[in-house]
Amino acid sequence: MKHISMTVNGDQHELLVDQGWTLLETLRDHLRLTGTKEGCSNGNCGACTVMINGRTANSCLVLAAEMDGNEITTVEGIASHGELNAVQQAFIKDGALQCGFCTPGFIVSATALLQRNPNPTEEEIRMRLAGNLCRCTGYDKIIMAVEDAAAMLRG
Amino acid sequence: MPSFEFAQPTSLEEALQLFAAPGEVRALVGGTDIVDQLKTGRRNADMVVDVKRIPELQRLESTDDGLHIGAARSCTDVGEFPAVRSTYRALADSALLIGSWQIQNRAGVGGNVCNAAPSGDTIPALLSHEARAVIASASGRREIALSDFFAGPGQTVLQKGEILVELILPSPPANSASSYLRFIPRNEMDIAVAGVGSFLQLDPANNTVKKARIALASVAPTPVRARAAEEALEGNVLTDDLIATAASAAVEAATPITDVRGSAEYRRELVRVLTGRTLGICRDRING
Repeated sequence: MKHISMTVNGDQHELLVDQGWTLLETLRDHLRLTGTKEGCSNGNCGACTVMINGRTANSCLVLAAEMDGNEITTVEGIASHGELNAVQQAFIKDGALQCGFCTPGFIVSATALLQRNPNPTEEEIRMRLAGNLCRCTGYDKIIMAVEDAAAMLRG
Repeated sequence: MPSFEFAQPTSLEEALQLFAAPGEVRALVGGTDIVDQLKTGRRNADMVVDVKRIPELQRLESTDDGLHIGAARSCTDVGEFPAVRSTYRALADSALLIGSWQIQNRAGVGGNVCNAAPSGDTIPALLSHEARAVIASASGRREIALSDFFAGPGQTVLQKGEILVELILPSPPANSASSYLRFIPRNEMDIAVAGVGSFLQLDPANNTVKKARIALASVAPTPVRARAAEEALEGNVLTDDLIATAASAAVEAATPITDVRGSAEYRRELVRVLTGRTLGICRDRING
């Protein structure tokens, strides 16, 4: 076991983690933050996307033991004081989900994209979201929601 | 996940002691290959060493002797580095199309090299820029051409106790440019069916090729240089016909297999097409 200290959604956690635990299972099974989903477990689907120090990552391919001193943002940390962020609001308004399993990963990736560029082209949105797979329906409403969220953020 | 020891050294000396220990000691950069390989049993480890906190392995600097890329620098860091965007464009092309954004944020260029997949996207770009690999162990350092680094699919010449410290890419001469293209059935998130990295230096006085370097991915057990294509180009006036001749010559270096991603014949054709296109992009980039 290894002792780590990491910040998750602004809260500091002191944890004793097994060397083999992924960040994903640590978040879900030990911190009970089950918004982050486990899909493929090999970095293809993006359901487990979180931000590590502001950058998106597949938490299924990160060891918790690596995370000492890092800041993690999960989908639970995207809304602030109970108010959904622009991406979350736009996903609801545009109905940009069907079963919802991929949605937390999309919300985190899209939020990271808009933090970096509040006025992305459709092509950039599609590139940045390429690591998030939706198997229900398709991507048009998701792209539209990200464009709407970007418009909201620009005012 | 199978059990292993974990270490997170903060100095190269400390890391090299760990790598000298008995058993299978594996370096961890982004984990995007090795964590999956450990989970599925395709590689094993008695100890995993996270090398991201070693200052030498985080170096990213353009100096008089070239571009230094610490082995733990992420694809995003490298691809967005100003000197890479302006001067080592094949590397920017490749580092920013590997996997997904999530993967690029974690995966290291050095990790892509050490994973030694025949399809590793950054490798042809690095080979086209004549990258050198700085290797260290507890008993010393050595520097080799990256073209001598690969021993087979997933295999490198690193000996027990050795790790990759950094890659050094010489400063490109004036009137030169590079490009990387790969073919996949979609736009993102796939493994190259074939990939080609090209570097061209032209003599602006007469438009002859002073230097050409072409490297191929996914068409041989390791990434390979297409030396016949380079020879076809050097010393000759760069015309569309010459590009077509070189593109056909590049196929000689390809010894592809047929697998789920494409037949050997299809891959050879892709080498021809992608070589021609990357050379055209190099020409356009030189002519600005």
